[in-house]
Amino acid sequence: MTNDTPLLEARGLTKRFPGVIANDQVDLVLHRGEILGLLGENGAGKSTLVKMLFGIHQPDEGEILLRGERITNDGPGESIARGISMVHQHFQLVPPLTVAENIVLGAEPVRGLRFDKGAANDRVREISERYGLTVEPTDVVEQLPVGLQQRVEILKALYRGAELLILDEPTAVLTPQETDELLAILRDLAATGVGIIFITHKLREVLDVTDRVTVLRRGKSVGTVATAEATSASLAELMVGRSVVLRVDKTAAEPSEPVLTTSELRVRDDRKRELVSGVDLEVRSGEILGIAGVEGNGQRELVEAVTGVRPIHAGHATIVGQRVAHDPRSVRELGVAYIPEDRERDGLVGVYSIADNLVLTSYHTAPFARTGVRQFPAIRQLATKLVERFDVRTPSIETPVSSLSGGNKQKVIVARELSVENQLVVASQPTRGVDVGSIEFIHQQLIDARDKGAAVLLVSAELDEIFALADRIAVIYEGRIVAELDPNTTSREEVGLYMAGGG
Amino acid sequence: MGDASWLRQLVLPALAVVLGLFAGALLILISGDNPLTAYGGLLEGALGSWEGVGRTLDKATPLVMGGLAVAFAFKAGLFNIGGQGQLLLGAAFAGWVGYFFDLPAIIHIPFALIVGGLAASVLGATAGLLKATRGTHEVISTIMLNFVAANFTEWLVSRDGPWNDPDGGALARTPEILPSAELPRIGDLPVGFLVAVAAAALMWWVVRKSTLGFEIQTVGANPRAAKYAGISVTRITVVAMGISAFLAGVGGAIQTLGVNGRFEPGFNTGLGFDGITIALLARTNSLAVVPAALLIGALDAGSTLMQSRTDVEPEIISVIQAFILFFVAAPSAVRWLLRLRADAIESDDMQLASGWGA
Ligand SMILES: Nc1ncnc2c1ncn2[C@@H]1O[C@H](COP(=O)(O)OP(=O)(O)OP(=O)(O)O)[C@@H](O)[C@H]1O
Ligand SMILES: [Mg+2]
Repeated sequence: MTNDTPLLEARGLTKRFPGVIANDQVDLVLHRGEILGLLGENGAGKSTLVKMLFGIHQPDEGEILLRGERITNDGPGESIARGISMVHQHFQLVPPLTVAENIVLGAEPVRGLRFDKGAANDRVREISERYGLTVEPTDVVEQLPVGLQQRVEILKALYRGAELLILDEPTAVLTPQETDELLAILRDLAATGVGIIFITHKLREVLDVTDRVTVLRRGKSVGTVATAEATSASLAELMVGRSVVLRVDKTAAEPSEPVLTTSELRVRDDRKRELVSGVDLEVRSGEILGIAGVEGNGQRELVEAVTGVRPIHAGHATIVGQRVAHDPRSVRELGVAYIPEDRERDGLVGVYSIADNLVLTSYHTAPFARTGVRQFPAIRQLATKLVERFDVRTPSIETPVSSLSGGNKQKVIVARELSVENQLVVASQPTRGVDVGSIEFIHQQLIDARDKGAAVLLVSAELDEIFALADRIAVIYEGRIVAELDPNTTSREEVGLYMAGGG
Repeated sequence: MGDASWLRQLVLPALAVVLGLFAGALLILISGDNPLTAYGGLLEGALGSWEGVGRTLDKATPLVMGGLAVAFAFKAGLFNIGGQGQLLLGAAFAGWVGYFFDLPAIIHIPFALIVGGLAASVLGATAGLLKATRGTHEVISTIMLNFVAANFTEWLVSRDGPWNDPDGGALARTPEILPSAELPRIGDLPVGFLVAVAAAALMWWVVRKSTLGFEIQTVGANPRAAKYAGISVTRITVVAMGISAFLAGVGGAIQTLGVNGRFEPGFNTGLGFDGITIALLARTNSLAVVPAALLIGALDAGSTLMQSRTDVEPEIISVIQAFILFFVAAPSAVRWLLRLRADAIESDDMQLASGWGA
């Protein structure tokens, strides 16, 4: 093998699913020590492409060459043996086991017939030092923050001798600090000769860390560019095929009477720890209140409490004058829309069709049901309309949601929640995993809801999103609101300081 | 769902049945008998005469109801293996209504069926309530409640029990039901079987077309999303277990009103558990439960003639059933045996497996 033989080359890869060509004659080249960005709209075929490279899907056409040799990839096990590893968005870790146990799982060091815990810890410590990925081998995985869990995933790949690392939207679940750390790690890894394929929707990350970018549009590769010659605008245009507004215009808010108020609100998590410790909030009709905070500071519990999903432990919340009870349906009936942060777990039923998911919260009301009997023509009519209006990329409204791409799943939820008029919109990470064009669209929908008189409570870990949308910013830290700021007079730095507990 | 996938749904159960019969034939051969003679007797006993067909339908009726019970709970992600106890309660209460009340048949029969079903549904709903409020796994609680139901019904009809037959001497049983409570036969066709088919059709409608069916399936498929969408998981768990048990209870009631003529404990050893086989064979589709139950019922109904023609033990029937269940539950075994391409019988294994989760 000569030095300029690519580490990996894919030629003419094609993958068809019922009703869609997910990949159509896609070519891709990755060199050793290179970070290749993979960009494309939701449903463009990025995940499908890397799943073929990793052996989860078999290509219908085309060939894959690893170090110049043609391979037929029969499954992830074989890929790992060949030095290809993938970090999935949903981690493949065993939560109650320790970091070291997770990393060596499947290739455990043994003494006699017994698992050698000491040796495992030592080896993990060794590779963690070699790559500068700090972890504590004896920590239990389920108690680690997401960023560290992801680091464990990467170490697992390196422990198995990965020379090619695939990361599918690794930053979607990370805080800004964790993202910066990950990007630094990727650069260091590439410097040791590992080839990396990196999927993200955040153009800033692509520009920051990649060497070249391959862009997919509707299953086809529309080109590969050197990152040094690209800009946000040029990449966005290549992805979408038109120029994209990266910032949505909005007029000043005209807030009127309060819709959501909380007073001395205290909420506990499932383990009875108090995660919201006396929050007083007011969101008025016609304004967007943005809650900024590092994940895990109580925003999840706060949102679950005001939507009735989680019981309020002390204090109270009212929506349009009514006390919030621990009953999601009664809260929804006050005119509340809710976009939960974990879409697959909380917001969708994967085996259901798009149509059924679009009526998941309204299936029992007219015109979708009459006297307990579901009315399918009305449901189909709604689904057809919303799929078009919200640009959900799908072969049909009967397609099960589980086979949609990540961003299109999110659009299904947004369509369901924002297509009716609401008094209050609670949106948690509404654009996580969504492409730039769709972010623009979802932001516009939230602003429209506000302009029609809804009060909007927005929770986001993205400062970009907070600054793009919020009329007021409240920073949450360790279960308390530590600052209320005006986006026109504050700065990202000031908000970041409060988020970190300073200020 | 398109025609192609509908056909595909049939492939696996059909293969499982064929493989089960084949395995049974091997065993018959090993034990020194001729499988063709044995299966000939089986077929003739089950379907060779109108009387045989009637017997098959009688056997199939509680199996349909038991299969529906398991399948219905499964839609909510629940595993009701308390069919045995629920069937006993239904049979006992129907027996009581059958002898105690004197009503015109048009009221008496439905009344007895419904009381039997309701008695059973109390048992099922209890298991549902324990699951929803205390987190007790329904597999454990329904097994425990089987013992409760067995002992309770036995006491009801024992010498000291309130429903004992005074003419029965030492026998633990209820008096004979009144003629007005008897489920009639039209020729050799038992009306009880028609009731069971109607129940299957009704269940299909509820699951597919009603909002209740939607709620139940949502809870079964993703309880968290159900909760976020405003569906009360507690309510649905209780209701689904109640309805599931109701179906099993009606199965027991039909047995009393249409076959036995009174309630006697111990008449149905194992009937409740056959429901699991049938629900799996039917892949929890309520309409498919009917043919699945007919198949198992025919195996039972034909076994006597098979036994008299050969030296084959009747237990071979249970072995065949066990093989069928094994092949249905382990599609990969079928695939391996027949070296099939995965997608030929790829189906909703995940859905079946998910019922075991917490
Ligand atoms: N298992 C599957 N069955 C059927 N269709 C699928 C399946 N997986 C993906 N698809 C379809 O293939 C297309 C490409 O999906 P893919 O997940 O690769 O998109 P993506 O580029 O990763 O999008 P996103 O940015 O939203 O994650 C979509 O239309 C999707 O609906
Ligand atoms: Mg994807």
